[in-house]
Amino acid sequence: MTQASDRLLDLNSVGKHFGGVIALADVSLHIRQSEIYGLIGPNGAGKTTLFNVVTGLYQLDSGSFQFAGQSYTRCKPHLLAQAGIARTFQNIRLFANMSALENIMVGRHLRTRTGIWGALTRNAAARAEERATVQRARELLEYVGITCAHQTLAKHLSYGEQRRLEIARALATEPKLLALDEPAAGMNATETVALKALLQKIRASGVTVLLIEHDVKLIMGLCDRVAVLDYGKKIAEGVPEEVRRDPAVIAAYLGGETTTSNLSPLPQAGEG
Amino acid sequence: MKLHRSSGHLTLAIALLALPFIIDALFGHGWVRIADFALLYIMLALGLNIVVGYAGLLDLGYIAFFAVGAYTYALLGSPQFGLHWPMYVVLPLGALVACGFGVLLGAPTLKLRGDYLAIVTLGFGEIIRIFLNNLNAPVNITNGPQGISAIDPLQIGGFSFSSSYEWMGLRVDDVHLHYYLFLGFTLLVIFVSRRLEDSRIGRAWVAIREDEVAASAMGINTRNIKLLAFAMGATFGGISGGLFAGFQGFVSPESFSLMESIMVLCMVVLGGMGNVGGVVLGGVLLVALPELFRNAAGPVQQMLLGKVVVDPESLRMLMFGLALILVMLWRPAGIWPSTQRRREFAADDGVLRQEQETVYDASK
Repeated sequence: MTQASDRLLDLNSVGKHFGGVIALADVSLHIRQSEIYGLIGPNGAGKTTLFNVVTGLYQLDSGSFQFAGQSYTRCKPHLLAQAGIARTFQNIRLFANMSALENIMVGRHLRTRTGIWGALTRNAAARAEERATVQRARELLEYVGITCAHQTLAKHLSYGEQRRLEIARALATEPKLLALDEPAAGMNATETVALKALLQKIRASGVTVLLIEHDVKLIMGLCDRVAVLDYGKKIAEGVPEEVRRDPAVIAAYLGGETTTSNLSPLPQAGEG
Repeated sequence: MKLHRSSGHLTLAIALLALPFIIDALFGHGWVRIADFALLYIMLALGLNIVVGYAGLLDLGYIAFFAVGAYTYALLGSPQFGLHWPMYVVLPLGALVACGFGVLLGAPTLKLRGDYLAIVTLGFGEIIRIFLNNLNAPVNITNGPQGISAIDPLQIGGFSFSSSYEWMGLRVDDVHLHYYLFLGFTLLVIFVSRRLEDSRIGRAWVAIREDEVAASAMGINTRNIKLLAFAMGATFGGISGGLFAGFQGFVSPESFSLMESIMVLCMVVLGGMGNVGGVVLGGVLLVALPELFRNAAGPVQQMLLGKVVVDPESLRMLMFGLALILVMLWRPAGIWPSTQRRREFAADDGVLRQEQETVYDASK
């Protein structure tokens, strides 16, 4: 068992329901500092709901979670972003009609201070901050490997670039935990390889990564630990190889008895 | 390049200063007065542009803040209560009160979007007007439908904007003086708009317009930033309202009907939402064109047909509606859209647009 001190995110018996539908039931997760933690499960298992709870878009119905030593039960999204949780979305949610650069500059909002007075007077502090914001945004574009013109509107970027721009925007908030909701969805093999390298680079910089993904190859090659959700319950947790052989996981994916042990239970890479 | 730009600014400045005299010489006094009104409407439209154009919050009751500014001026600078506070106190106070109302009316709508927001703001706009209409009993505050008259003219110290002055043989009338006063305020409002647009706050407004959920996930306090948009927009409306009251010398609730809100919204949408230049253009056009029709429709019919067939007044609205439809068909982003909006409407048609819609409009 890990020490509480090196845990970044602790979910304690988190529950969430929508009317009669139980999206999350008694889910406990413990994510350590600087690890890449994968979250998998069949469609509708509650992965995205869990993300939305952790990032404040949904309020949880029972349980609580601790992030960086602070306990949260109900909290606004912007405060969780402030605390250091940044996310991307399953259906890309960029600011479509803002340029790539501006998208990232919005991500800097949280860590900058210029108010009305600064904006109106453009005093030395405001100008310095604006310059730093632009500078940081350019660096992040380069960091995630977007090479197109910075003024291109987000919606005119290629699909893979949009996914990476979302990551750059999230990184601009200086997160401790980066939560990625299916970052490889819709990417081709080359893009996925690049994404994997990017995520490893992000982890190496000290940011913890929480990852929802269907691409098993990516999960297996990347994650330190994996948890499997099914019908809102955590049915397995551990290192990827272990989880892959777990009978409960196989049952969840194949929906039947757990006899075919050497058949790979999970959808193969490239299917998602 | 820099020299070129500053000489361009100089030309513009001279043109703006000379404009009332040129208009006066060419079209007469009445049109200078219309120019004054155009400036008031431009201020209003720029205020609404912050709410609708930047932050994307469709406000159909915006004229309420104009009313609040106007009535603040009227109540504190007229025989109604016997108060005659000076302009430099009442105007800022009116802006402040309007700002307060902006926050007050904005707060309950924070969770609403699109159509719902439009309906609720429409309701608020009407509530303000109806209050003004009925606050004459049991205690007479607003004088009800009769409105407040004999409002103090705009004046600073001994200098009144409602008098005529002779200056080196040049006769400067009240309409000219008001023009300069309003021009000064309009330039201030333009300055504030542009500075805010290109700032951390302006970006946050646009981010909320684009995707509120993503904006909050990126750490933007959407509540505060939206309230700020309402407050800024209302402040501009309040200033414009105070100037209006001082200029007219009379206010009554019927000046603040829903039609006025729609008119201001049209200026913003028609001119080019989100672009200061476009909004200014929209304000000028929507004040000038109807007046032009009013004056020209009769004589033109007389000339072409020998008699006036259609009443100029009704023809005016007809042409106005037609112009609106044509602009929206041909230039859906407005006559002079912001570069952003232009790009938004251009480039993607057919399949491409459909593709993007599925990517961006998919709900979470």
